Amino acid sequence: MNEPATDAAANASVRRRSRSTAFWSDRLFRTVVVASASVLGLLLLFFAYELWRSSTLSIRTFGWRFWVSRDWDPVREQFGALPFIWGTLVTSVAALMIAVPLSLGTAIFIAEVAPRWLRQPVSFVVELLAAIPSVVYGLWGVFVMVPWLREHVQVPLEQRFGHIPLFQGPAVGVSMMAAILVLSVMIIPYITAVSREVILAVPQSQREASYGLGATKWETIRRVVLRHARVGILGAITLGYGRAVGETMAVTMVIGNRPEISLSLLQPGHTMASVIANEFTEATSPLYLSSLTEIGLLLFVITLLINALARLLIWRVSRGEVQY
Amino acid sequence: MQRKVAFTTAWALVVVAVVIVAGCAPKKQASTESSGKVQITGAGSTFVYPLMSRWSSEYAKLTGVQVNYQSIGSGGGIQQFKEGTIDFGATDVAVSEEEEKTFTRPFVQFPVVAGTEAVVYNLPGITQNIKLTPDVLADIFLGKVKKWNDARIAQLNPDVQMPDMNIVVVHRSDGSGTTYIFTDYLSTVSREWEQKVGRGKSVSWPTGVGAKGNEGVTGQVKQLPGAIGYVELNYARQNNLTFAAIQNASGKFVLPNQETGTAATRAALERLQQDIRSSAVNMPGENAYPITGFVYVLLDKQPKDTAKSAEMKKFFEWVLKDGQKIAGELDYVPLADEVVQMSLQKLAEVP
Repeated sequence: MNEPATDAAANASVRRRSRSTAFWSDRLFRTVVVASASVLGLLLLFFAYELWRSSTLSIRTFGWRFWVSRDWDPVREQFGALPFIWGTLVTSVAALMIAVPLSLGTAIFIAEVAPRWLRQPVSFVVELLAAIPSVVYGLWGVFVMVPWLREHVQVPLEQRFGHIPLFQGPAVGVSMMAAILVLSVMIIPYITAVSREVILAVPQSQREASYGLGATKWETIRRVVLRHARVGILGAITLGYGRAVGETMAVTMVIGNRPEISLSLLQPGHTMASVIANEFTEATSPLYLSSLTEIGLLLFVITLLINALARLLIWRVSRGEVQY
Repeated sequence: MQRKVAFTTAWALVVVAVVIVAGCAPKKQASTESSGKVQITGAGSTFVYPLMSRWSSEYAKLTGVQVNYQSIGSGGGIQQFKEGTIDFGATDVAVSEEEEKTFTRPFVQFPVVAGTEAVVYNLPGITQNIKLTPDVLADIFLGKVKKWNDARIAQLNPDVQMPDMNIVVVHRSDGSGTTYIFTDYLSTVSREWEQKVGRGKSVSWPTGVGAKGNEGVTGQVKQLPGAIGYVELNYARQNNLTFAAIQNASGKFVLPNQETGTAATRAALERLQQDIRSSAVNMPGENAYPITGFVYVLLDKQPKDTAKSAEMKKFFEWVLKDGQKIAGELDYVPLADEVVQMSLQKLAEVP
C-alpha cells in the first residue's frame, strides 16, 4: 500500500485512486464467491449433522444390525435397511448399464456423426426428456409401460427362463425391471447433454491430426475424441448416477414397494428414497421416525461414497494411471 | 489481512443465511383474522379431506365462518394438534391411551363421520360381487390362498366360474389410516394375522405389491388381472371396480354402502360409550358391513381463544347434524343417530 515516494507526483494520485478501486472490487468479488462456496459447504455439514442427530435413537437401538437386517416391521418396531440399500444399488447400477451406452451413442451421434442440420433437433428432443416431471414418468410407467412390460416381456421371460433366479415369477408388472427402465430413461438426457458438451469441447486440431495420420472416423472417435473427453464423460455418468440414486416418485410408482431382497428382476423391490417418501408422513413413534431418518443418513453416506469413488477414478484417469 | 476480512464477511453472510433459513421454518399460527372474521384451521386425515372441504364451503355459505383444512395425514394432524399449531385435528385412528399421556393439554376426541373399505378385485369376465369369509380373506392376505380357483373360494361362490389365476395382493405402500382399519379388521377376525402381522398404519405385509395412496391401489387393481386390494368405497365406485360381499359377525354376507356402514356404527355404540377409541370393525348385526372405521376430530378442552372455540363448536354441531347428509352424498358413511348423540355429548365438554 505504501507508494514509493519517488513516484512521479503528477501520476501518483491518479494511479492510487484506480488501484484502490480495483482493490476494493476484487475484495468484494472474493468475498461473494467465498461466501457462496461456504454456504453450500456449511449446508452440507448442517444436513449431515441434523440427519445424524435425528437418527441417534435408531443408531443406538439397532447399531450395525440396521445395515444388515432384512426386517422392516413398523408394528413390532424392528427395522433394518438392507432391502432398501439393495434396491437402490441394483436399480441405479442397472439403470446406468442401460443408459450409459445409449447416452454415449447419442452424444457421439450428435457431436461427430449427425449432419449439422440434424444436431439441434436431436439435442432438443433429448433435453426435452429432462424437463418432464418425474411424477409424469411414474404415471406413464404405471399405465403404459408396466402393463406392456408384463404382457410382452415379463410373462414370456418367466415362461421360458423362469427356472433362472434372475427371471423367477410370478410376473406382476411392477418390479425392479420396471424401475430400472424408467430410471434409465430419466437419466439418459443428463448423461447425453453433458457428454455432448465435453465431446464438442475436444479441440478440432486433435481430430485433424488423427485423420492426418490416416485414422478412420471410428478410430479417431475412439482413440482421440473419447480419450480426450473421458474425464468429462465420467463426470456426466456420476451426475446421472446421483440422479438415479435419489429418484423417488417415479420409482415408487413402478417398483412395487416390497422390502425384500430377490435376485429376480421380475419381483417387486423397494428403495431408500421411496421408503422415506412412503412412510414418513404417518411415522409417529420416535423409533420409527428415527429409523427412517437413519435411512436418509445412509443414502447420504452412500451418495457421498460413490461421489468420492468417482472423483478418485477421475483423478486416476486424468493422471493416466488407469487405461480404459 | 485482506484474506481475514473476506472470511469474516463470508461468515457474517453465512450466519445471516442460517438465520433466514431458521426463520422460515414452518411455524404456522392459527389466528383470528384482524378483520373480525373467524378463521378455523384444522389438519390431518387425507381420507376425510374431500368431505371436509365440502363441509367447509357449505358452512361458509351459511355463516361466513372459514374452516381451512390441510390433508397432511392422520399422524401429522395429531402431531400438529399436540403442538398447538392448529385448532383441530382429524384422524382415522383414535389417539391411543399411551399417546394421550404425551399431551400437555386436556382434549376431547369423537367421531364425526365414518367410512367403509371395499375389497376390490380384477377378475376378467366376472362382474358379480363374489362372497368372501373373514378367514378366507385373511388367508388371501397372508399368502396362504394363492389361486382364485382355490377350493375355499369356489365353495363360497358356487355360481361363479373362478379362473385358474394367481392372486396378487395389492396393498398401500404409504402409511395410512385405511391400512390401519383394514389390518385392524384382519387382526380382529384372524388370530394368525394378529400374531404374524398385527395392526398398524404400515405393516410388514406377508405377500403382494405396494402402491401409493387409494388412487395407486385402485390403478394397480384395475390394470392387473388377478389382483385384490382394499380401498375406500368412493374410489371403488368412481372407478367401477367390482368388490366383494364380506361375511360379518352375524354370518351375513354384506356389501359396503351407506346403509351397511351406518348399521355398523350403530352396532358399535355400546363399545364406544365404554371407550371412545373402540373401532367399528367386525360388528354384529344383520346389515352391518364389517370393514368400517370412524374419522375422529380432536378439540381442546381448555382453548386459549374461547371465542374461536365457540365458533368451532358450532361448526361441529352443524357437521354432526346437517353435515351427515352431505357425507352420504359423497360416499362416506353418515353416523347412526345414536352415535351422533354421543358425539354431541363429547362436543359439549368443549367450552
